[in-house]
This record gives sequence, structure tokens and C-alpha cells, in this order.
Amino acid sequence: MLLEKLSNARGVSGNENEVREILIDAIKDRVTEYRVDTLGNLIALKKAKGARPSTALRTRAPLRVMLAAHMDEVGLLIVHHDSNGHLRFAKVGSIDDRVLLSKVVLIGNDKIPGVIGVKPIHLLKQREREQVIDADSLTIDIGASSKENAQGAVKVGDYATFATEFSKFGDGLVKGKALDDRVGCAVLVEILKRDFPFDLYGVFTVQEEVGARGARVAAHAIAPDVAFVLEGATCDDSPKKKDVSPVTRVGAGPAITVADSSMIADRRLVQLLVATAQEQRIPFQFRVPSVRGGTDAGRIHIARDGIPSAVVSVATRYIHSPVSVLSLREFENVIALMNKALPKLAKGLPDL
Amino acid sequence: MIAEAYGPSGHEHIIREVIRDEIKSLADEVRVDALGNLIAHRKAVGATPRKKVMLAAHMDEIGVMVTHIDEKGFLRFASLGGVFANTLVGHRCRFENGIIGAFGQEKKNSSRTETQLDKMFIDIGARDGKNSPINVGDAAGFWREFTDLGDRMIAKTMDDRIGCAVLIETLRQLKKSPHEIFAVFTVQEEVGVRGATTSAFGVQPDVAIAIDVTDTGDTPESNTMAVALGKGPAIKVKDSGMLAHRGVKTALITAAQENKIPYQLEVLTGGSTDAMAMQVSREGVPAGVVSIPTRYVHTPSEMVDFDDAQNAVKLLVAFLGKPIKLD
Repeated sequence: MLLEKLSNARGVSGNENEVREILIDAIKDRVTEYRVDTLGNLIALKKAKGARPSTALRTRAPLRVMLAAHMDEVGLLIVHHDSNGHLRFAKVGSIDDRVLLSKVVLIGNDKIPGVIGVKPIHLLKQREREQVIDADSLTIDIGASSKENAQGAVKVGDYATFATEFSKFGDGLVKGKALDDRVGCAVLVEILKRDFPFDLYGVFTVQEEVGARGARVAAHAIAPDVAFVLEGATCDDSPKKKDVSPVTRVGAGPAITVADSSMIADRRLVQLLVATAQEQRIPFQFRVPSVRGGTDAGRIHIARDGIPSAVVSVATRYIHSPVSVLSLREFENVIALMNKALPKLAKGLPDL
Repeated sequence: MIAEAYGPSGHEHIIREVIRDEIKSLADEVRVDALGNLIAHRKAVGATPRKKVMLAAHMDEIGVMVTHIDEKGFLRFASLGGVFANTLVGHRCRFENGIIGAFGQEKKNSSRTETQLDKMFIDIGARDGKNSPINVGDAAGFWREFTDLGDRMIAKTMDDRIGCAVLIETLRQLKKSPHEIFAVFTVQEEVGVRGATTSAFGVQPDVAIAIDVTDTGDTPESNTMAVALGKGPAIKVKDSGMLAHRGVKTALITAAQENKIPYQLEVLTGGSTDAMAMQVSREGVPAGVVSIPTRYVHTPSEMVDFDDAQNAVKLLVAFLGKPIKLD
């Protein structure tokens, strides 16, 4: 299963090679051409097939549609060797310090195992039990007996990822690391199997977790007429004390973004997605506006002279931690929704 | 009515039509770009156009977006742009479909003086949450009527409808300009100058001026700021997002002095304008700002002085009527 392979692959922002190789392998026989740009984005073009789209959007034909999913994941970067051979690290992307404690990580290309050690409860003072330990004061123990041995095994600048193996569990769910946004990558690979009546640019971006940097240059280079970002959305569907809404719920269908902190989605594209879901009887949910966090669409929609953009996500529990959870059915539904909605773009979008 | 029209960030389609009606006879070409910016193009008069000048005033207003409708029909919401919770209690908002809601706040575990958005809700008078006329994702702007106080005016959205009005009036009064003028009524300024980012890329101007509101330091116990209502438009020196281009700033000051238009110099410590985005578009654009001093910015009752707005128009007309030197 491609999603499994992608989840297990290691690709912290700035070091997406392993994920990119898997994706190149998965798409190379299905697209017209592909290239890797300067920052490392994998950009695949599938030329239009079938009816020519209307030129209502712009004067240029054929229409260009960009679909983006980011390859990178949050992780750690080794910055220093302590005198006892432990490693200091910096976080890459946003990670809650509390999820780091006592986790196993894999470091560098050689996958050197390490443990983010934590003081046993027996030694904790009352005050310490109530505090969150800063990432700055944590170290990774790679079992080295000296600083020199540690330096031999791991270099400053090596990346570390959580050591999590993907697996299925429960009622059609999967768990694994980096489902944000390997699930989007897997969705995009499926969409690239089809033909569309417009030029489809499938972009697997780099460095989303550190500020959507890959998407920014890819959107500038491609200059699409419309863009969709495929994501693993923040999810918070545990029971609430108050009558307030979860951001998204696992199992409630593809999540459509109206607004997040980086973008207000194009109303016409939101309408297109909602109408398609309703007519195809695909369940859908709105990702609740307001929640912090943005996506590649935040940079894409303001690229050049503006690109109408929208985001469709698979609700994903526990993102930005060593293990996240999503529903395979929802994954399939996002693919189905996109495959049904995209051909309608050939008619062009109505005026704003 | 420009000040009362609905138009929270990302939902500018109504105010855009109001403004389009005002400007269509004042421009050679009017278009709407991919993000919804309204761009009016006025050709240069004279044999050789001197400069391509972009003037930007944002159409959007701060507002709220519904995040959840509870069983009883109360709406939870998030802010669109910089909304201060303490300005909402007792105020009203209005949705695109005209429905008006009152802002309420949780009383339990809350303080009357320290309000938080996540402890507030909108009450649209529903009996329950079934068949709510409002959906999650719907946006509302504040709702207060425009009030003329004589010399001064209050409206829910002087930021930046006063800038839009000044820009429209500038197009009306500017009979001839040696410059090619792009008057852009931008979208999504309040959520991060996004409309100006894309329209500046599209227009590719030689000079850019934003027309927006700025704070004042003239109310009781206000923060120190050398800008007051009624003392003329403010020519920006700096805010937290940009340093005005020296040449543009100087050219604006010169235009004011030569035409005996009162003006003030503005250093704003918090906030910025569309000029922030225009300035760093492509390989960089000399940019400045003509600000309308405004009290109570980002509240439902923003107050401006009528003469300041008139003088802002005069200043822009004077600036655009002559060659622009940027030394």
C-alpha cells in the first residue's frame, strides 16, 4: 500500500529525498513529464486529454490546474553533541514539546536509533511534575559511550524522525507517522492516474511545515489558473464539555476549508466541492474556520497575480506527533470527490 | 452607501459592485482579478506617460466567521482580521443575507472587563439550532449605521471605506494626469494584505500609494502619537510593516506644501497597510501611504474628520497631476 510506504518513509522539511523517490516511482509511467525544481519540489504534468476546456478563466488555453500535497514532515535536526555523547536537537516545524518525551527516533541516513530520555518519576520534584519540559533541555541518547563515538555515528545537521511503523487498526483506520501530509501525496498519486480535460500539474512540495516555501516557488513557476491543496487536516473529535464544534471529525467525510489562518478559500471552488459532494452523495464536512495553522494554499493563492485556491483534507487525529490516525474510507472519499469535481472545471469558473 | 455595505475579508462581492458602479464612468477600463480586486485603469494624458502609479484602498472590513451552531441556535465564531473582544459586547453583526445578530458572552467563569472571543457567541434570535439560516463558514461584518456628526463622521468601517471614498473622489476630481493610473480596490487586507500582494504583481507599478486609516493620539489618555483628527491627511513615514520610500514621502510633502494643503507626518507603531505588500512586489516598488486619521480603529464606531478626507483627495490630485520626482 502506497500510503504505508509513504508514511514509513523519512522526510523532514529540507530532506525530502526518500519520499520524493517513492513518488517518482509511483507516477513516472502515468504522467506526460516530471521534473524536480531547485528547492526539490516534484512537479508532474499530465497533459489535457479529451474536450478542450473553455477559456472563461483566462485567455490562455488549455486551463492549468495545480494540485499540491507536501512531502515533508515535522521532525528534529541535530545541532550539538554533549560531552557525554548525548545529542541536542532543534525542532523542524511545529511540535508540541510534550509529545517528545521518551520517544524513539531514527537519525540520519543510517537510521541510528536514539531515545529522547526522560527523568523517572521517582526523581521528579513536585514542581517538575507540573511543568512542561522545554525541547531545549531534552537530549537524544544514542547509547554512545563518549562524545567522540557519538560524533562518529551522527553528524550535526542530521535529521531525526519518529520511529513509528504504519499499520491498520480498529474499524478501517490506520496509524502511522507523517500522515500529514503523506495522505495528500497518496491522494494526488491516485488522481494522476486519470485523464482530465485540462493540463494537470501534480506538485509534491517541500518545506511546507516551515512556511510553505516549496509551494511558493512552484506556484510562481507553474502560474496555474486554479489550485487545490490536498491535506491531512487538524482533527479534534474527542467529546467536549461544551456544545462547541470539533475542527474535523474522523469519518465525517472529506473536509473542505472555508478559511484558515493562511487563506480564505475561493467561494466558487468551495461551492464546486460542496455541490459535487451533494450530487455524488459523498459525505463532507467543513474544517472549522479559525483554527490556527495554514497550508500550502496560503502561499499558492497569493502567488503572481492571484490564484483561486481551495483545500480538501482527510481528517487526521494527532498530527505533528509521533503517530497520527485517519480513516481509509475518508481517504477514498477525498479521491472520489476530487475525481468528480475536477472535470467540472473545464466549464470554467463563474465571475466573482 | 460605501460605509454600510457588507464586505468582510474574502466576502467583498457586494461592496465591489457598489464601488464598481461609482467608478465605471471614471476609468478607461475596469476589471476584477483572480482574488477579487477591483482594478480601474485610467490612461495617461499627454504624449509620454510618466509613471505607472498604483493607488490602493481596501474594500474589506474586519468581521467574524461562524465556526459552530449549537443546539440552541447560538453561533460560535472566529475573527476575520484584528477583532478585539472588548469592542463586541452589546454590538451587532450582519450577515450577507441581512440577518442581524447580537454579540453575547458567557457569564459563568468570565469577567465583565476581560472578554475573550472564545467565550463569546452570536445570538440571531433563533429558537433552536435546527434549520438555522446561517451556516458554518458564513461571515458577518459589524452592524452600525453611518452617522454624520457635522464636521465628523462615524461608521462601522471607516477602515477602509473612507480610503475607498477618497480614491473614488480622487478619480472624479483628477481631470488630467501625465501618469497611467491604476486605482485598485483591494480584497483581504485585514487578513494579511493578500489582495495588494497579487494586484501589485499584476499591475507592476512604478510607484504605489496606499490610502488607508491610521490611529490618532488625540483622545483622553491615548497612546502618544502625533496625529490628530482635523489636522489634515497623514503622510506615512513608518509603520510596523514598512518604511515609506523617502522619495514618495518627500513628493507627497512637496505636493501638500505647494498647494497649501494641511498635512501631518505619521509614525504608527502597530499595524500596516497594503503598501507593505506593494513595496516588496516583484523587484521592489517605491511606495508611500496617505492616511486618514481615524479614532477607534477596529471598533464598530470608527470616527474621521470630513476635512481630512477632502484634503486627502486634494493631496492625491495634486500629487498625481504633476511629474513625480523620486530623488
